[in-house]
Amino acid sequence: MFAYIVRRVLYAIPILIGVNLLTFTLFFVVNSPDDMARMHLGVKRVTPEAIEKWKAERGYDKPLLYNERAEGLQRFTATIFFEKSVSLFAFRFGRADDGRDIAWDIRQRMWPSLAIAIPTFLLGILVNITFAMLLAFFRATYIDVWGVVLCVILMSISTLFYIIGGQYMVGKLLHLVPISGYDSGTNAFKFLVLPIVIGIISGIGAGTRWYRTIFLEEINKDYVRTARAKGLSELRVLFRHVLKNAMIPILTGAVVIIPLLFMGSLLLESFFGIPGLGSYTIDAIQAQDFAIVRAMVFLGSVLYIVGLVLTDISYTLVDPRVRLE
Amino acid sequence: MFRQTRKPNRPGQANRFWLLALLLPLLAACGPQPWNNPYPAAQRGQNILYSSFSERPKHLDPVRSYSSNEYVFLGQIYEPPLQYHFLKRPYDLEPLTAAAMPEVAYFDARGERLPDDAPADRIAWSEYTIRIRPGIRYQPHPAFARDGQGRYRYLNLTEADLARVRTLADFPETGTRELVAADYVYQIKRLAHPRTHSPIQSLMEDYLAHLGEYGRTLAAALNAQQTAGEGNWLDLRRFPLEDVSVVDRYTYRIRIKGKYPQLLYWLAMPFFAPMPWEADRFYAQPGMAERNLTLDWYPVGTGAYMLTENNPNRRMVLVRNPNFHGATYPTEGEPGDRAKGWLDDAGKPLPFIDKVIYSLEKESIPYWNKFLQGYYDVSGVSSDSFDQAIQFTQGGEAELTPMMKAKGIRLVTAVQASIYYMGFNMLDPVVGGDSERARLLRRAISIAVDYEEFISIFANGRGIPAQGPIPPGIFGYREGREGINPYVYDWVDGRARRKPIAEAKRLLAAAGYPDGRDAKTGKPLLIHLDVTGGGPEDKARFDWLRKQFRKIDLQLVIRNTDYNRFQEKMRKGNAQLFQWGWNADYPDPENFLFLLYGPNGKVRRGGENAANYANPEFDALFERMKNMDNGPERQALVDRMVEIARRDAPWIWGFHPRQFTLHHAWYFNAKPNLMAHNTLMYRRIDPQLREKLRAEWNRPVLWPLWVLLAVFVISLVPAVLAWRRRERASAREAD
Repeated sequence: MFAYIVRRVLYAIPILIGVNLLTFTLFFVVNSPDDMARMHLGVKRVTPEAIEKWKAERGYDKPLLYNERAEGLQRFTATIFFEKSVSLFAFRFGRADDGRDIAWDIRQRMWPSLAIAIPTFLLGILVNITFAMLLAFFRATYIDVWGVVLCVILMSISTLFYIIGGQYMVGKLLHLVPISGYDSGTNAFKFLVLPIVIGIISGIGAGTRWYRTIFLEEINKDYVRTARAKGLSELRVLFRHVLKNAMIPILTGAVVIIPLLFMGSLLLESFFGIPGLGSYTIDAIQAQDFAIVRAMVFLGSVLYIVGLVLTDISYTLVDPRVRLE
Repeated sequence: MFRQTRKPNRPGQANRFWLLALLLPLLAACGPQPWNNPYPAAQRGQNILYSSFSERPKHLDPVRSYSSNEYVFLGQIYEPPLQYHFLKRPYDLEPLTAAAMPEVAYFDARGERLPDDAPADRIAWSEYTIRIRPGIRYQPHPAFARDGQGRYRYLNLTEADLARVRTLADFPETGTRELVAADYVYQIKRLAHPRTHSPIQSLMEDYLAHLGEYGRTLAAALNAQQTAGEGNWLDLRRFPLEDVSVVDRYTYRIRIKGKYPQLLYWLAMPFFAPMPWEADRFYAQPGMAERNLTLDWYPVGTGAYMLTENNPNRRMVLVRNPNFHGATYPTEGEPGDRAKGWLDDAGKPLPFIDKVIYSLEKESIPYWNKFLQGYYDVSGVSSDSFDQAIQFTQGGEAELTPMMKAKGIRLVTAVQASIYYMGFNMLDPVVGGDSERARLLRRAISIAVDYEEFISIFANGRGIPAQGPIPPGIFGYREGREGINPYVYDWVDGRARRKPIAEAKRLLAAAGYPDGRDAKTGKPLLIHLDVTGGGPEDKARFDWLRKQFRKIDLQLVIRNTDYNRFQEKMRKGNAQLFQWGWNADYPDPENFLFLLYGPNGKVRRGGENAANYANPEFDALFERMKNMDNGPERQALVDRMVEIARRDAPWIWGFHPRQFTLHHAWYFNAKPNLMAHNTLMYRRIDPQLREKLRAEWNRPVLWPLWVLLAVFVISLVPAVLAWRRRERASAREAD
């Protein structure tokens, strides 16, 4: 397994370079270094000299990808792309355009993101599996039919509607939790309840239908019939046998998400005023802060790759037939 | 010897636990703190104002900051020598840290003193002598901390000293010192510092004769210092700037080229606030910037408040400065202020509020709902909530809806010193230029675009149509009949009425475009409008604009683009018609008329004259007007300039926005002052009333939860029954 992991890590390097190049290209197709300088310096009384000075101080006065004026290897290394990319591979994210330390901001902001994402993820899986089991248990009955209808309805509603509706109902009309905000420690609880509940509810439709399909596929296999023939109760069949054997497709979807929980949820964080990493990235895009954008995209790519490796490893844990070689 | 043994669970124990869990919310409901209160219980009843910010301020260094969302903080912390009177209108400058208004002396080219009323063209130099009040002290700050021997405690820090430092609060000791004239001089020198990128550096180079050269000197010195490995801090005290000098401990002098009365307005802005050299040196130490400890994030001032927490990821906190020199609430204002209660606190010591907490709030809907619940003290009115908050009387006056009135919410409005306009690119061969044909075309379009309707539909009535470039409240603005733009409006029944479309069509035909077609070629005339923003809400606005042009048979082609490309088009002069706006830096007509001054053209000079308008007569008048003191002569020049601009119509004059602000019954002294930045110290709240109303408005409503629980339980019954039936059924039945 060790060799497999090493190989996957080595595969990750060209992928990360590619992602970095793509991000770089997309960003600079839309924004030029001059645009970035203007965005940072403001709209009033900005002189060309100030723009040039700003670019020079931050290394944006060089060519983007190829430096015709340089010699030898420097044609590639004395460029914005190279200088801004190399440090990323050492996880040195540098400073944002406003001078703040990006790594420090990420460390600050990942905790609020995790505070929402982990409970939403774990409780969401629990609720979705429970509902899916329930529907599988009552398959082909009116409970199953209406359950699926309910799932389709829940899937069809925009997350934004859940958020605004939830804030309106729970925060504004019932006065049960703050409408938005965040605090540290145990004080964070009252701010997290509603976004977590909304995060779970907005995922029930899709999640339940996905798991229901998996369970129904399993439920018709021979080993289930054997279990029933042994006289096991239906609940025992479902939770002891079907669930266990349905773990591989469940893990495929779930484990890959775990590392990405760090990246936060844009909508939930924005509307609930939670200072996580989701809103951090969007703010950076709006502010044309390339330093933050590339750092977050790079981090997201790394975490996604980690998620895929973890998924592979988890297969071996739930299915002894799988070996990583 | 006793051994503690664990008691076995009694049968009812688990049930009691669940009962307690269910009752806990009910018990909490009986407590004094509403459940939805976003603030800690410890803040209950405290004299704290709650506000928000939606995006992190980019700069809090007064030499760099040039944005209203940054001045919200800076204005309370830094104190320039002058300030705007809180209540008087028109806006009136008065001393802040200065002992009196600056003494101004004029000199000719030979250095001879000139009388105060000398004509501007004879004045080669002006000297502003400013004396500040003794005894003013800085806020507590580690930069001023000294040890037992009087040596600065934190000005020679090593990496090891900074190992455990993340915020300013990690420095255990603080100190202070008296504000001196040299601090103001130090800050003016910082305008030219190669690292600070002050946005007004180039502007000030026009008046401070040696500032440009000084900047080059500093750049060379910094370069040499860094090459020699002597660090990043340039001690500006070692580099004299000829244009500013310290006269004595409390007096300094600024010498500028020619006459520039607007300098007084700049002296009321944070650019000219004092900067202690200790702070500059403190933050320039190696390792500080890596910890986000910079002047751009942690201001050091003498104002009524100091920034004690700056976490742009969550919240920013201003706390009353214990070293504040003190001030009192004004005893006079404009007529009507007393009736509105804005003089009730006359003579009382300032500031009233102990602490202000600005929380990160990115969306307007949660902010608005929290305002209604009493968790924010003041709110603007967004389009989403406008109908809920405001209604118009039959006379067209805005007033609060009954729901707002029932909550005791109050509304204050003020016309902003701003203008939103549509500009013609005067370099464009069709709509631009000085030909009569183009002028008539611009005037026809100006009549057709009905800004009264625009304000009504898209600004919810929050604005007044502009008659020229100068907004109300600024010297030079004229009201009533003599203030209307006669090329677009008629004076009918005591009010301005937009000329009929027939008149616009007549002008269009006279311009050579009868029925919207070029009389020579017969081709329809297309006008291209460059805009930014392509959201769903913009579509209605664009449709409305097309409709305005269709009224005179013109076709409007809207070219939507992002702001970067839009700016590029403007710089290169590739736009034909565009939308833009301007907020006043200071209340002087020069700050608006310079937007039409030829040498400020955006394409040729990179200036703020986005229309690239150039009229020799206008330019000559501007040069005379800009240096004059307010008076009848200046008014006459402004009138003439406005008349020229109206005749040439380089802009469709657009509108001046009206600011609507709502505040709760516990918030006092809410008079808007759109020029002053240090208004926070005048505001007052009644925390007890706020607590009482918050508790009344936010009682938890629990019955829907019980209903929901009951529905859930009831819906489970058939499922349970079905399950039991299935479990009890035989194999054949189950199949």
